[in-house]
Amino acid sequence: MKTLRCLPFLFLVAAAPAVAETVTDFSLSNGLQVVVIEDNRAPVVTQMIWYRVGAADEPIGHSGIAHFLEHLMFQGTDKVAAGQFSATVERQGGDDNAFTSWDYTAYFQRVATDRLDLMMEMEADRMRNLRLTEDDVATEREVILSERSQVTDSSPGALLNEQMRAAMFLNHPYGIPIIGWRHEMEALSRQDAYDMYAKFYAPNNATLVVAGDVDPANVRALAEKHYGTLTPSEDISPRMRAMEPPPLAERRVVLKDARVSEPYLIRNYLAPIRTSGDQSEAAALTVLAELLGGSGTTSELARALQFETQKAVYSSAFYDGTAVDYATFGVVVMPAPDVSLQEAEDAMDKVLADFIANGPDPEAFARIKTQVRASQIYARDDVGGLARDYGAALTVGLTVDDVRTWPDALQAVTAEDVVAAARRVFDRKASVTGWLMRDEEAAQ
Amino acid sequence: MTFLRSFALILIWALPAQAEMNIQSVTSKGGITAWLVQDTEIPFTALEIQFRGGTSLDAPGKRGAVNLMTALIEEGAGDLDAQGFAAARDAMAASFSFRAYDDSISVSAKFLTEFRDPATDLLHLALTEPRFDADAVERVREQVLAGLRADAKDPDTLASDTFNKLAFGDHPYGSSGDGTIETVTALSRDDILDAHKGALARDRIYVAAAGDISPDELGALLDRLFDGLPATGAALPGRVEWTLSKGVTVVDFPTPQSVVMFGHGGLKRDDPDFFAAFILNEVLGGGRFSARLMTEVREKRGLTYGIGTGLAPRDHSEMWLGQFSSDNDKVAEAIKVVQDQWQLTATEGISAQELEDAKTYMTGSYPLRFDSNAAIANILVGMQMEDLPIDYAVTRNAKVEAVTLEDVKRVAARLLSTDALHFVVVGQPEGLPSAP
Repeated sequence: MKTLRCLPFLFLVAAAPAVAETVTDFSLSNGLQVVVIEDNRAPVVTQMIWYRVGAADEPIGHSGIAHFLEHLMFQGTDKVAAGQFSATVERQGGDDNAFTSWDYTAYFQRVATDRLDLMMEMEADRMRNLRLTEDDVATEREVILSERSQVTDSSPGALLNEQMRAAMFLNHPYGIPIIGWRHEMEALSRQDAYDMYAKFYAPNNATLVVAGDVDPANVRALAEKHYGTLTPSEDISPRMRAMEPPPLAERRVVLKDARVSEPYLIRNYLAPIRTSGDQSEAAALTVLAELLGGSGTTSELARALQFETQKAVYSSAFYDGTAVDYATFGVVVMPAPDVSLQEAEDAMDKVLADFIANGPDPEAFARIKTQVRASQIYARDDVGGLARDYGAALTVGLTVDDVRTWPDALQAVTAEDVVAAARRVFDRKASVTGWLMRDEEAAQ
Repeated sequence: MTFLRSFALILIWALPAQAEMNIQSVTSKGGITAWLVQDTEIPFTALEIQFRGGTSLDAPGKRGAVNLMTALIEEGAGDLDAQGFAAARDAMAASFSFRAYDDSISVSAKFLTEFRDPATDLLHLALTEPRFDADAVERVREQVLAGLRADAKDPDTLASDTFNKLAFGDHPYGSSGDGTIETVTALSRDDILDAHKGALARDRIYVAAAGDISPDELGALLDRLFDGLPATGAALPGRVEWTLSKGVTVVDFPTPQSVVMFGHGGLKRDDPDFFAAFILNEVLGGGRFSARLMTEVREKRGLTYGIGTGLAPRDHSEMWLGQFSSDNDKVAEAIKVVQDQWQLTATEGISAQELEDAKTYMTGSYPLRFDSNAAIANILVGMQMEDLPIDYAVTRNAKVEAVTLEDVKRVAARLLSTDALHFVVVGQPEGLPSAP
């Protein structure tokens, strides 16, 4: 089942390690930023184009338009007939897909190296020459509504996440679901798509990542040939979104659904992002998430809640600081059958408090440093993953150097840094706690 | 789960290869054979192991034993308890993953070159001396039970469980390898020990490695890794024939969207028409956006987010399966479109252009799959499980190219049948009663 053109989720993977020596970057005169990642082990190349526009850049009342436009980008241009984009990639033996986040929309193809020329020609063509018919838009709107039914409305856990995000962000558009609110999705029009497209789809608002069996000089020549002639957009300005007021009150969200079998709780805290030139706080939070919930066996939460007290059957912690404005730090606990959500939440809070009081176990801390080092080596086996790391980072305002030095930032984190970061981030006033519960009455 | 797994298997065969890639066969002094692609560029090794059998080896009344055993392998071994084992593994930044499938148990490992020996010893300990401590058994049993309770409210799992039950009845394929609340609750430590002895044996091992390891080093590793496992394991189950016939089975479930699983019998992996059927599936319901079902159900009518079909020739039976989700008020129409396309394709086959496009895609995408050590090891172990020759990677595209329009038409007439196609619908579909 590969229908992933368009799954609207953000990559949750926290550690985004990378290798330095094979990465080159440059810009074209029209503003297109280009990153080349070399991996010559197999004659394969991935082209990714990342636009600095996402769900948080949508006009008010038009939620879902960034993601809808992502779907519509597979319609036609003057040169490529409707539906022929993917068909052409497939005829070359390649695969293509796309995804949307709050901060970016990205498109990619994976093909044999000698097809890169054609892929660039097609991707450059649809950057400025998209053609949409009313019929295509109407049919594709049904597809995204069906996608919402499948991915969000059919999943109580996804609905809880959506509600929690809306509660977390009082003013910032990160509270909008990427897929969109259904009532607004139903009204999204061809003109809405064109408006967003005309403004944001331009070389000076994009990053091209080419990863695989290529050399930078060749990529530069191809990029000049296909993208170099495109006109920049005059409407691009720094992303100034409505920011959050100081958090004064913790928020609690309870979602009851007959389809819930195993209740669980999630606590999300508003957290800082990776900042260009200073990633130390984000690095400390990344290590904190690993220590608290990275291992299903030895992490603080697992040890305390699943092993020592057996109050939980599952626990985890997660953080990804790759965003333009805000990140969230999350903790999740699924209680054992005879344990209430309140009891589980209290036990979770005790783990967080104990961690701040006692600091990390030195051996666990040392293991994580080894894992960070190893992940840089393992990451080289997945050039597509490296392409995503660079694309996401550059699209939110980080630099190639930030990505390159991220593993160093992680290595530099001390136990004291982690505790200090925990102290700062675990502020209940800046948190949303969600309980997913069975709806016994509604159950059949 | 079972359903998606079938698709994963398909992908493994579809998996392609690069002519210049050097696949070596390595046989250890102790007689274990593995396939290897040595590549010293990155200092780590990806190791893939499969033990044929899997959850289908569960003894009568012990459904879920192999699955629970597999989940417990990493929960303490030798003189290490669960905490000690995880700490030792993480201190080397090695990763081991153990999974139970219908026809096999898979072990995926990767480790840095600098930790190759101690990582091998630790994995050996897990395979040969798992402790199955009482507290670990209870903890993991609770996790499995939580999963089973969640499955009972998960429309995707309900669909595949219902479909498998209808198709295979009392054969292991007819039920989830995870077991039931009742069987898993009743499993004893002895049951788990029996499952371990029956499932992890030397007579059913398939191994592939890719990365920074030489043939000699791999040979030594193999003997070290499997030393002490029993020579023979439990008997494999017998064959089961597909008996389900045309119809619609509706499972009432309160959700805005119905999950639909459909299918009928398939063909064996070694059937002379396999490649023709494979191309036919690609054109009818393959993962590409240009496949007929994707075009008709999604692109033209907007009835679903995605639809796909796949051939699933498993060890003891063969299927041709598909799946999609559709809003309750649209699912009847979507099923009608699937039936029409199925009928049309059965009668008329595919066009010359479709055949050509599918061939170009399949042959062109083949080498792209071999782009990492992890992928290569995974593909090579799958090839061995399928009893394919070691030069398969080189000859595979020629087999695809050799398929003619007549071959596809013959196979379509032979296999595709709306008279056999059964739909399981989990949801509250409008205007769609169970039938017959």
